[in-house]
Amino acid sequence: MSNRSLTILLIPGVLVCTALLIIPLFLLLIDTIPVLKDPFHLYQEFLNKTFHQKILFRTIKVALLTTIICVILAYPCAFYIALKGKRYKSIFIVIAVFPLLLSPVVRSFAWMVIIGKNGFINDLLIWLRIIEKPIQLLYTEFAVVIGLTYLFLPLMILPLVGVMENIEEDLLDSAKSLGASSNGVFFQLILPLSSSGLLVGSILVFTGSLTAYTTPRLLGGDQAMTLSTLIYQNAMTLFDWDTASVIAIIMILTTYLVMKLIGALANRMNPDT
Amino acid sequence: MKNNKLLIISLIAVYLFLISPLIIIVLSAFNESEFLAFPPENYSLRWFYRIFESEMFISAFQNSLLLSLFGAVGSLLVGLPAAYSLSRTKSKWRQPALSLFLSPVIIPGVVLGFAVLKHIVIPLEIETWTGLAIGHVLIMLPYVIRVIVSSLSNVPIEIEEAAVSLGSTRMHAFLVVVLPNIQSGILAACLLAFITSLNDVPVTIFLTGPGVTTLPIQMLSYVEYYFDPTVSAISVLLMLLTIIIMFLIEATMGLSFFTKK
Repeated sequence: MSNRSLTILLIPGVLVCTALLIIPLFLLLIDTIPVLKDPFHLYQEFLNKTFHQKILFRTIKVALLTTIICVILAYPCAFYIALKGKRYKSIFIVIAVFPLLLSPVVRSFAWMVIIGKNGFINDLLIWLRIIEKPIQLLYTEFAVVIGLTYLFLPLMILPLVGVMENIEEDLLDSAKSLGASSNGVFFQLILPLSSSGLLVGSILVFTGSLTAYTTPRLLGGDQAMTLSTLIYQNAMTLFDWDTASVIAIIMILTTYLVMKLIGALANRMNPDT
Repeated sequence: MKNNKLLIISLIAVYLFLISPLIIIVLSAFNESEFLAFPPENYSLRWFYRIFESEMFISAFQNSLLLSLFGAVGSLLVGLPAAYSLSRTKSKWRQPALSLFLSPVIIPGVVLGFAVLKHIVIPLEIETWTGLAIGHVLIMLPYVIRVIVSSLSNVPIEIEEAAVSLGSTRMHAFLVVVLPNIQSGILAACLLAFITSLNDVPVTIFLTGPGVTTLPIQMLSYVEYYFDPTVSAISVLLMLLTIIIMFLIEATMGLSFFTKK
């Protein structure tokens, strides 16, 4: 088929995405910059409130912590699944994919049951006589980090398994037999060879945590709000749509910057990829 | 060897972390008592009966199904021609168009939902259902396009050319030669899109209206007011549904899709 008629087939999709997504987003951006009077005053007002600063800072902190924890938990697992436990690989992959497809409401609710006031952990600690009264675990930053780690851990494990599958075990053996220390094997072979998976996983987990809504709402509540719960509160409870629009633009910019930053970091670590 | 043991221990710990919350949910669903005590003392099915007695969860689930059906049809109508073009064209528009189609994945869900509400639903005064359908087509489209493009890349362009050179029209060749070859890809795309739509909260929560809500939104507002095992019971049913879908995805596209982004 000619290139021209192939291009015509793209038109419905381009129209739909432009009309329903790009134009509304562009209008949102315009709303936040009233050119006639002081164009950036909405952003200044937003960022000047300590309440908002705290939430912005918390959102980034929580996302960063979640990403780091996911890397630490996923890396050894993925290594084992891809290189040692090949026989059971498909089972491990199924167990990682399953929660990914399960409703985030269910996955966050599970943690409400576990860390709630009369939840599993509090009951256990009281039964063990470690504490007398239930401790507040739910509606804290800690709860949000746990919930997000649970939500996004598979997104770190799966791409890591994907790249580590391609590492030949012979390669590691020959490095060892040539006298490389296990540290050397790790830092000079495994890490660079898996960096692309680490990059994909980190971007998915970080941006996912930065923008997740269900988990912060159920596990953070009003005490540990993040940007996404703040935008909902402003838009749907307070009807402060100017502020909600400002948060929306800040969220898009932050997500974009983070993706660029992690990409640049990975480039420096491993210029070949 | 010491290293190996450490690896196994960390693997087991991480997988326990992944599985045990789900087991706790299942156990609490069969718990007789009013609140979510753990471990349960008496087992019963009362919370499962409760779901089917309460109109709100049933109608919310019906809405969810209807919405994902709308969304699947809409995103296929738009996505199938686009995916075909993307997999065959060498035009300079290919890359920008692909980025545009995949952008709903990168844009935060709450932002997407809010933007559609503020600049489409409200100014154009459209109905709740239409607003929801717009939001869901947008979030389903990236999955439909990505899966169908990769499925089409396995169909050599030569067999299509052969059909055309033997006198078939382009459309006919697509329908009888290409389409049968990407059936399982289309099914996989629909399954992924379906589960995305069924589970979505951030976009949907801005677009639901009076009397129209979806299952996850109904569950969300329920657990904020009542802390009883009804939601555990629904969760168990959703787990069963998810298992079925997961096996269908494995059969059509393979779960290795998830390790290769």
